[in-house]
Amino acid sequence: MKYLDEFADPDLARSLLAEIAAVTTRPWAIMEVCGGQTHSIIRNGIDQLLPPEIELVHGPGCPVCVTPLEMIDRALAIASRPDVIFCSFGDMLRVPGSELDLFAVRARGGDVRVVYSPLDAVTIAEEHPDRQVVFFGVGFETTAPANAMSVHLARRRGLTNFSMLVSHVLVPPAIEAVMSSPSCRVNGFLAAGHVCTVMGDREYLPLAERFHVPIVITGFEPLDVLDGIRRCVMQLEAGRGEVENAYARAVRSEGNATARAMLDEVFQVCDRQWRGIGMIPASGWQLTEAYADFDASLRFDVGSLTVAEPERCRAGEVLQGLLKPDQCECFGVECTPRTPMGATMVSSEGACAAYYLYRRSGLEPVEVRRG
Amino acid sequence: MCLGVPGKVLDIREERGTRMATVDFGGVTKNVCLAYLPEAAVGDYTIVHAGFAITQLDEASALETLQMFRDLGYFDDEMGAEGVSP
Ligand code: SF4
Repeated sequence: MKYLDEFADPDLARSLLAEIAAVTTRPWAIMEVCGGQTHSIIRNGIDQLLPPEIELVHGPGCPVCVTPLEMIDRALAIASRPDVIFCSFGDMLRVPGSELDLFAVRARGGDVRVVYSPLDAVTIAEEHPDRQVVFFGVGFETTAPANAMSVHLARRRGLTNFSMLVSHVLVPPAIEAVMSSPSCRVNGFLAAGHVCTVMGDREYLPLAERFHVPIVITGFEPLDVLDGIRRCVMQLEAGRGEVENAYARAVRSEGNATARAMLDEVFQVCDRQWRGIGMIPASGWQLTEAYADFDASLRFDVGSLTVAEPERCRAGEVLQGLLKPDQCECFGVECTPRTPMGATMVSSEGACAAYYLYRRSGLEPVEVRRG
Repeated sequence: MCLGVPGKVLDIREERGTRMATVDFGGVTKNVCLAYLPEAAVGDYTIVHAGFAITQLDEASALETLQMFRDLGYFDDEMGAEGVSP
């Protein structure tokens, strides 16, 4: 496939690795914010090929992992109602709530359906006017345009049986929270390339300036990740802290203006709990007042929820880059992708699951490759 | 849900007032909404999230980046720098 094989070329990967080794003189900790990049790094063994001074710290950018437990429990309660068809992206189904997950709700007779796009949920609502159709609207700025459009279309088509349980999260406030933490040891960031295809680079300029930290917009293929790291190290070694675009084939400085206009219409910024991390101010999106009719959390009263995380799960530390997954004593023992104790073990974008899938063998990768 | 991969636009049509396309992801085709990428044309490469095309891949800049990577390797060889052994 075009632009996939080319950006996984082992020879070019070796010259990028050599270049990184040549410019590195000191230890640096670089956080990749996005779970898609964590996946690519672990799958290709990139962290093990870098010079020992460079540590990659896995960040909180996996929407499956950070959707708050309270929201999962709310989803489970809504999905259990007999009048509801509950639609979700597939990777949310195994996320553990306090007691159940969406798979278990489905096994007990709940109508839980996996959709590829939120537009499919709108179609289901049109086909079932007698049922309430609820879409679980999670994700970062990348999935938000799709979710926004589906609410917009539902209104345009006069659907009164469609609503969305919105739990959107935003990247820049997460970077700010990481940098503001007293235990922060991150020197530079790889910013999530696909988030920037929508939002552009402008939100990152004040962050880079305030914290004097390099923020390099980075793609997902092995060469993209290596080039992001290379540029980040070059900035650090030169004492610079700037926003740089290492994913120019996909990211324009202004982002996608059409998508951003729709986001402005449908969503407004709100405070948001991040699972394992806590409340981050102004770090999420919820529906605007004009779209409140489509808010599933207002439409369905689920009573008061008491939430409880398993005590021994250390996903919060993993998400903040304070702990590597295989340092958790449950890793690969009680906690596996089939029996996840924490959300970071669910989606392959979660750091625990990525380590489980690609690291358990203990084999060193032989070269940068596509699996 | 965040793994967006590039796909090639095979055809474009209008469905109930919304621009839709068939996009080929290395053999798997999907229905994709072009509402956010109205300028996309048949043959373009696009990155898709949750059924929506959100950006177009710029071929010139992809080639430029690859050339820059090749030049890095060239200069390393010239100066006798050691490649990282696999
Ligand atoms: S390995 Fe499992 S229990 Fe440990 S931090 Fe990760 S998700 Fe939680």
